[in-house]
Amino acid sequence: MSAPAVRLVDVHKAYRRGAQRVPVLAGLSFDIAEGEFLALMGPSGSGKSTLLNLIAGLDRADSGAVIVAGENLGKLPERLLADWRASHVGFIFQFYNLMPVLTAFENVQLPLLLTDLPRRERRAHVEHALALVGLADRMTHFPNELSGGQQQRVAIARALITDPPLIVADEPTGDLDRDSATEVLGMLQRLNRELGKTIIMVTHDQRAADHAHTIMRLEKGVLWSRDQNAAAVPGRAG
Amino acid sequence: MFFLAMVWRNAWRHKLRSALTLVGLVVALLAFGLLLTVVDAWYQGVNASSDKRLVTRHSVSLVFPLPLNYLGKIRAIEGVRATTYENWFGGIYKEPKNFFPQFAVDARTFLQIYPEFRLSDAERDAFLRDRKGAIVGRKTAENYGLKVGDNITLKGTIFPGDWDFVLRGIYTGGRESTDESQFFFHWQYLDEVVRQRQGARRASLVGLYVSEVEDADDIARIAAAIDAQFANSPAETRSETEKAFQLGFVSMSEALVAAIRAVSYLVILIILAVMANTMAMTARERRAEYATLRALGFAPPFLATLIFAESLLLALLGGLLALGLTYPVAALFGQAVSKFIPHFVVSPQTSLLQLAAALAVGLLAALIPAWRAARVNIVAGLRAVA
Ligand SMILES: Nc1ncnc2c1ncn2[C@@H]1O[C@H](COP(=O)(O)OP(=O)(O)OP(=O)(O)O)[C@@H](O)[C@H]1O
Ligand SMILES: [Mg+2]
Repeated sequence: MSAPAVRLVDVHKAYRRGAQRVPVLAGLSFDIAEGEFLALMGPSGSGKSTLLNLIAGLDRADSGAVIVAGENLGKLPERLLADWRASHVGFIFQFYNLMPVLTAFENVQLPLLLTDLPRRERRAHVEHALALVGLADRMTHFPNELSGGQQQRVAIARALITDPPLIVADEPTGDLDRDSATEVLGMLQRLNRELGKTIIMVTHDQRAADHAHTIMRLEKGVLWSRDQNAAAVPGRAG
Repeated sequence: MFFLAMVWRNAWRHKLRSALTLVGLVVALLAFGLLLTVVDAWYQGVNASSDKRLVTRHSVSLVFPLPLNYLGKIRAIEGVRATTYENWFGGIYKEPKNFFPQFAVDARTFLQIYPEFRLSDAERDAFLRDRKGAIVGRKTAENYGLKVGDNITLKGTIFPGDWDFVLRGIYTGGRESTDESQFFFHWQYLDEVVRQRQGARRASLVGLYVSEVEDADDIARIAAAIDAQFANSPAETRSETEKAFQLGFVSMSEALVAAIRAVSYLVILIILAVMANTMAMTARERRAEYATLRALGFAPPFLATLIFAESLLLALLGGLLALGLTYPVAALFGQAVSKFIPHFVVSPQTSLLQLAAALAVGLLAALIPAWRAARVNIVAGLRAVA
């Protein structure tokens, strides 16, 4: 198998609250293989979002190395880190984080504006991505004209529009009803299975986690357990 | 194109807030323009003055007259090309509210020294021939529907009694800044009637002498020579350039003009505060969106540009609306005050200043919000949603 998609080596992270240092991640080390669908679970405040943000290049570790797609993120200056995110990571948020003034089409197109893709090709890409999430007929709708599930599907289309190898999702179904959640999770599974995306998903919901290959549990900033998920169809990662 | 659409839609997300801000901008910039125009109009008299004209008046105050026999002595001074004299009349036309400046002038020399009061040759001749003749500026003629040949009666305030005139001409201004509201008649007519009604003691007195000099550079020396001529006489004189004389008038109200000017800029400062508050509020509400854009890979300058563009868009919109409104409003305002402020016209500089003020407000209002947005902490910004 090729090099891991994600490698963490003795990662520490603390937040400063006034004069106080609040340690959140205390010496985490693990690999995530390419093509893996990993669910990150754990009690509230255990550091799941913090960990995800480090892997996605949104935040920096205090010490240790975060190596994603072969890149040591701690060594990238801010400017290059932003470019790296744009081309390597697709983001899915609990509250979708779509731009309310942009249509579904424009929201999905947003990351492509950072590339030099010509307009016509951008259009084709966006239409294809929206068709993939079943929203070909909602292109000119604004977020407030879409249901929560539809908005999250737009966000998924936006996350995969630049064809990044890694998709991070922080509680992507946290704000959705059961049916919409199942739909979104099915879609993530397809991205993983059919397009080979490595997916890291934070969730509180065991049923959501059951869609992943691997379930990783975090407790007070340390890795508590890492289990293969028997229920999930085995992916390409071993 | 996409960027502009995004900015435009962002600007109208809170329609009421943006509309109110826009109204504030328009009102403030309009007030700014009108106040500057008032100040301009104030100085217009000064700008209309000639740098070759010298005004001689009583050294104590304008209200004291000078004897007519000074005329020959002033004319005799070297460098003086011509001298005329005049009296402020201060009469009432029908009703006290109908104000326009009236002067008794020595018509022939007056028209020679003031070529900017333009008459046709026929009107000029008719005026000079008629002892009771008068001429009036185009603006006042229009205001009161006066036509050549009309009989006009003024009720004297300084010079009691009714005064009858025949309108012999309507002058137009030779320059944009020429005051077209004044009324002139023959000093000789005034003097004759005063002599009849009040006796010789009140006659042969003039309010001002105005001399035209041959060389503008020599004007200070000539002024000094005139005043020296009458030093130690019962009526000492004070001579100054027409510009200085007009400025003297203006400077009586210099503090007022300074206040008006200060207020005009204060208005801009206030709207800047309002606008900055709007933009700060807007940017704070969109913190999560900025964090999202940053997560997606957009750089801080992009966010700053978004905010600057939105602020400038509102400011420019307000500026253009205000600019468009200033002309009709100034015209209406000018009509209402034309009797007191003869030249109420919005200058191109004022329009430019308005536009510059609008853009400055747009830029400055966005400064802090843009700086903050550019520095938004992605992780904290994303947490702001949840
Ligand atoms: N910006 C911050 N400043 C200070 N403390 C922070 C900050 N962000 C997170 N923390 C703290 O770090 C710890 C871990 O936070 P994190 O958001 O990673 O938890 P989580 O596992 O994602 O929790 P949840 O399930 O509630 O989302 C918490 O105790 C939290 O209060
Ligand atoms: Mg979290």
